[in-house]
Amino acid sequence: MNAVVEEHHDHDHKPTGIGRWLFSTNHKDIGSMYLWFAFTMFFIGGALALLIRAELFQPGMQIVEPEFFNQLTTLHGLIMVFGVIMPAFVGLANWQLPMMIGAPDMALPRMNNWSFWLLPAAFGLLLASLVMSIMGLGSAPNFGWTFYAPLSTTYGPDSTDYFIFSVHLMGISSVMGAINVIATIMNLRAPGMTYMKMPIFVWTWFITAYLLIAVMPVLAGVVTMMLTDRNFGTSFFDAAGGGDPVMFQHVFWFFGHPEVYIMILPAFGIVSSIVPTFSRKPLFGYSSMVYATASIAFLSFIVWAHHMFTVGMPVAGELFFMYSTMLIAIPTGVKVFNWISTMWRGALTFETPMLFAIAFIFLFTMGGFTGLMLCIAPADFQYHDTYFVVAHFHYVLVTGAAFSIMAAVYFWLPKWTGNMYDEKLGKLHFWLTCISANVLFFPMHFVGLAGMPRRIPDYALQFAEFNQIASVGAFVFGFSQLIFLYVVIKCVRGGEKATDKVWEGAHGLEFDLPSPAPFHSYTTPPVVK
Amino acid sequence: MSTASHGEYYIPEPSKWPIVGTVALTTSVIGAVNTIHAGEMSLLLPVGLLMIAYLFFGWFGSVIDESMAGKYSAQVDKSFRLGMMWFIFSEVMFFAAFFGALFYARVLSVPWLGGAGNNAATHEFLWPAFEAVWPLLSNPDNTKIVAPAEAMGAMGLPAINTAILLTSSVTLTWAHHALRAGNRLHLNLGLGITVLLGCIFLVLQVEEYIHAYNELGLTMSSGIYGSTFFLLTGFHGFHVTMGTTMLLVILIRCLKGHFTADNHFGFEAVAWYWHFVDVVWLGLYIFVYWL
Repeated sequence: MNAVVEEHHDHDHKPTGIGRWLFSTNHKDIGSMYLWFAFTMFFIGGALALLIRAELFQPGMQIVEPEFFNQLTTLHGLIMVFGVIMPAFVGLANWQLPMMIGAPDMALPRMNNWSFWLLPAAFGLLLASLVMSIMGLGSAPNFGWTFYAPLSTTYGPDSTDYFIFSVHLMGISSVMGAINVIATIMNLRAPGMTYMKMPIFVWTWFITAYLLIAVMPVLAGVVTMMLTDRNFGTSFFDAAGGGDPVMFQHVFWFFGHPEVYIMILPAFGIVSSIVPTFSRKPLFGYSSMVYATASIAFLSFIVWAHHMFTVGMPVAGELFFMYSTMLIAIPTGVKVFNWISTMWRGALTFETPMLFAIAFIFLFTMGGFTGLMLCIAPADFQYHDTYFVVAHFHYVLVTGAAFSIMAAVYFWLPKWTGNMYDEKLGKLHFWLTCISANVLFFPMHFVGLAGMPRRIPDYALQFAEFNQIASVGAFVFGFSQLIFLYVVIKCVRGGEKATDKVWEGAHGLEFDLPSPAPFHSYTTPPVVK
Repeated sequence: MSTASHGEYYIPEPSKWPIVGTVALTTSVIGAVNTIHAGEMSLLLPVGLLMIAYLFFGWFGSVIDESMAGKYSAQVDKSFRLGMMWFIFSEVMFFAAFFGALFYARVLSVPWLGGAGNNAATHEFLWPAFEAVWPLLSNPDNTKIVAPAEAMGAMGLPAINTAILLTSSVTLTWAHHALRAGNRLHLNLGLGITVLLGCIFLVLQVEEYIHAYNELGLTMSSGIYGSTFFLLTGFHGFHVTMGTTMLLVILIRCLKGHFTADNHFGFEAVAWYWHFVDVVWLGLYIFVYWL
């Protein structure tokens, strides 16, 4: 993609003071706020995970009460899903989309800022309940991140109602963010950039935005039903009035499964940007990547009940959801094949982003394979609610989604700051993270297959060794992220100057801009040939 | 291919409204929870709602000012259109959640409680006296959840309301045609009648709720029938309220001479919203009242 760029540096005035952030209409500033918010929540959610792993270091009750353990698993899940992975991807979208399509900003900049600021408010509400719980004033949400009825309705603590509205705020934020992404991509592409010339990261976010618009309102609906069941006497999830607690699971997972892909499609886009750059080859099978992403998004709407095989569905339902789930392996396989074919006979180098991307391809695929095991309904009766499931989704979300976010930060940070990050420290961070993540999550497969249930603070003696290994991995993993924080701060503050192109094999409009990119990316549209 | 000939892009100046909006929503939701928990009005709730009103007036006010000042290019107009279109789609999905709950209850969970499929044991061991007939005039556990004495019929008020909403869509389209033809009198007349019909619909809906509570014994807490009935019609009624308010604002703007024959996105956005509310009602009328 060649572009004729006209730069207008006279437009490059930045507002100053706190107002720059509070009242921002700038995609880069808002993107930075999203990313720092996600990073902060990553450490908070990570601290909760370390408490969980400390408790599980040996059998018996050591550190926390079982009631508090439930709150830890619940908040860890909610924070990591809604407070880390999703905002980090939105932050990346904010930074990258306008630059990649040759636009000056997002299409609706004020709404963009509102989307962001609702998140600290929502998580303020949620974390307040945790602080209250630690101070002994009632319980934080304790029903798991999936908040199944009746745990969250009949038996939920008082803070559940704050949790419900917190989810509403997150939902409003996500829907507005998604509308913005769609309007930006549909309306602000540079002349000549047809849909099938868009960078693949733009494509994956485009499709992700549709998933968000389609399912976040359903989540809002289901928490609203919870609210009325709890406080206004409705019986959506109460069989005594003709409702059904299983209905909660259906509506929740109709949101929940597309949500899973909301957390991985942008990761596919990131890996599809990084692998060609460091292979010095164009992406293999661009159009099949687009179609595969769209197929995965479509399938995500018709597989939800594979989360509920043991709930007592009719056999026809079990079979339908089993087979439809297996279908997902096909487009996902296409993607993995394309990444590997991109690397095939390329002139590969292994800078930190590439290392994370390759680790992603291998480890995410492992998470995909365990997903295939879980989708076999009769086998799932054995795996359901064990640590095998925990291992599965941590492979796709930590070594998958989180690794891709780290890769993206290393990949684009020089473009954002104008400085190269410390490659030595970056590599150290990668190797520590990659090894410790496997020490942490791999043993969970074994204890899970052997029958250790998830979300329980105690376990049978025979699981002790593997749990100890996992806990050691967890602490190494957690503290390794401080290196990441240090590398990012160091890079923001200075370092070797990055070239405009940053990477030898880089392509795309964002790499035609100077480093650091000007405050308003493209004030007049470039022409894409 | 996006627009071929855009010149300079338009980017709004830094704005306080997103922060006002965040504070307003947060205050409102904390107020709402405190009100629910205490059983009496928490001051935060009305304060929050007032702030939301201030937000709407202020934010939309400044957008209207910018629009009247001619700051918006065709491209900005298209961004707004896309924004409104996909916002309405998100609303469709919100209603889909409640329609999904209705269909799940009617097609699956209620028949299962009555022993359908392989659920004979469920029926036998839980509530053997329960008969699965929609609408539920007898709940599985009538001691815990009191069933309504009578169901809401499709004739009478609901049928009149259907006619009112359908008519209002026609009058709105009439106003739109008048706007495009430059006939301001018919524009104002058509819009005025639409607002009036919206208000009549809301009055009749309140009437219907009073009837349901007082004479039919049909309440939110009378089982899954009442739950789906009130949540679906209630959220629809809330959307009609919003739509009527939006139409009223557009009417005032029209009376002030805003909008031209070929530049009236504000009008169209509200019209789209109103037609969406209309279509939802048709779904409600068929599946909640009629079938």
